[in-house]
Amino acid sequence: MTAVLEVTGVTVTFGGVTALDDVSFVVHPGELLGLIGPNGAGKTTMLKVVTGIVVPQAGTVRLANADLAGLPTHARMRRGLGLAQQLVRTFDNVSTIENVMLAAGRQRTASPWAALFQVNRSVERRIALELLERVGIADAAEQRPDHLPLGYRKRLQVARALALDPALLLLDEPLAGLNHVEAAALADVVRGIADDGRTVVLIEHNLGEVLRITDRLVVLDSGRKIGDGEPGAVIRDPVVHAAYIGEGEAA
Amino acid sequence: MIGAYEISLLTTIGIAVTFALSLNLVTGFCGQISLGHAAFLGTGAYVAAMSVVAGAPFAVGLIAGGLVAAAVGAVVGLASLRVRHDFLAITTMGVGFLFVGFTRQQDWLGGEMGIAGIPEAPFGKVGLMVVALGVAAATAAFSVYLKRTWMGFAFDAIAADEDTARTVAIDVSRYKLAAFALGTGIAGLAGGLYAFNIRFIAPDSFGFVESVTVLAMVVIGGIGSVLWVTVAAAALAVLPQWFQAVDDYKLLLYGVLLFTVMRLSPGGLAGLVARLVRGVRQ
Ligand SMILES: Nc1ncnc2c1ncn2[C@@H]1O[C@H](COP(=O)(O)OP(=O)(O)OP(=O)(O)O)[C@@H](O)[C@H]1O
Ligand SMILES: [Mg+2]
Repeated sequence: MTAVLEVTGVTVTFGGVTALDDVSFVVHPGELLGLIGPNGAGKTTMLKVVTGIVVPQAGTVRLANADLAGLPTHARMRRGLGLAQQLVRTFDNVSTIENVMLAAGRQRTASPWAALFQVNRSVERRIALELLERVGIADAAEQRPDHLPLGYRKRLQVARALALDPALLLLDEPLAGLNHVEAAALADVVRGIADDGRTVVLIEHNLGEVLRITDRLVVLDSGRKIGDGEPGAVIRDPVVHAAYIGEGEAA
Repeated sequence: MIGAYEISLLTTIGIAVTFALSLNLVTGFCGQISLGHAAFLGTGAYVAAMSVVAGAPFAVGLIAGGLVAAAVGAVVGLASLRVRHDFLAITTMGVGFLFVGFTRQQDWLGGEMGIAGIPEAPFGKVGLMVVALGVAAATAAFSVYLKRTWMGFAFDAIAADEDTARTVAIDVSRYKLAAFALGTGIAGLAGGLYAFNIRFIAPDSFGFVESVTVLAMVVIGGIGSVLWVTVAAAALAVLPQWFQAVDDYKLLLYGVLLFTVMRLSPGGLAGLVARLVRGVRQ
């Protein structure tokens, strides 16, 4: 079985800071992989490398066996990635549902000149509404995202990433800003997305939910990979434990 | 029947509205500021004027002006892809100065004296007025249509946040180029009409003041609003004709207007009216 994502020897430095140091891991088809680690471990940077937002000094990223080197972000998204970023970034000049419709219409927006002759948005509106319902924010469909609470905007980003119908969904702390009940509900949604057969990489500090829903964990600390395996075993590993204790209390 | 003065005024309004709506495509719809848009009005004007002086039919001159302006616009757009926001303002301003500097130096373009004696359109002044108003109406209709298309939808995303637009698989660079090509092409059409209307063009007809004027039309109308940009363009086109003082202090007046609108009602007239309507309803 070929890996959905194969990251090999990725190194990223920002000025003097080494954000990622020779990190390799794979993501298998249909898997829900938790990518965890203390603050500043390099998790977000890894997703930025995968999506082409950050160019690594060394290493390769392969999606379904194809090397992504040199491909810009939009092209990688068309190859089957979906991204919900840690910092909330919404299109605040259109409604919440339209944010999701823009992603759902990726085929219509593939070429500007073809897009000039496409007017119908009803299919995308239907898909977007279903996704908003799935993440539990359909009541805000017609509102501007900048007026919504953080928990809503976080879920909007998940729905928008899903609307690309990605082979690999990348979620960077989707549960942050949600209360206990909302977080559990969204974690269930993420588990459901994986159960549908979609491959998911989840970055999350909420270790309770992470342990509850993920199939496997990859742990980063100061840019290095310090753990990779079955969640229960990884979290009991003294090295992983020490990384979290050293940081204080992350869960 | 309307008199010669009204005909000239309506022609001027049609050209100004077309020009302002062309910038509205780039700045209003796609979020890309330009402080040198008059360069494309000028490109269209010079190409159209040179064409008809050389004996080409007016329609050919007009279309050639639009096409050449679009091509130059696409090249400028390509050069602007790597710069953003405030730098784009400076880059496009530079393009505006480059245009004036270039045309001044070119003897074959008439140098500083420009091109005089552009022949009168065979369809007469009334015909030109009809064409100018028709082009303005068509541009307005096209703008309204564009806003409803998936191209306009992608422009919304880019105007809001281009990095995030990339994460929803939008090829931001190609869309920006499309916006530049469309906006500058239509500006070129307006330029051709300008040349046929005034029948004399010179480098200074397409300088910084004209670029600021057209930006003022878009901002005062309300960035992105087809209706109110049209209204603002018509108003700012006639004011200098009615009041000599306005004509004398254009740059100062439009600068103050721009600043005031940005400060008090960033949505321009469109935003102001929307707020008033909401206020009345409540
Ligand atoms: N654009 C940047 N420029 C400079 N340094 C950066 C940049 N982005 C990240 N870093 C640094 O790289 C390191 C890894 O950051 P990253 O955001 O990937 O961590 P993270 O694991 O996502 O942390 P968190 O859990 O707090 O989100 C940190 O030391 C951070 O300060
Ligand atoms: Mg992070």
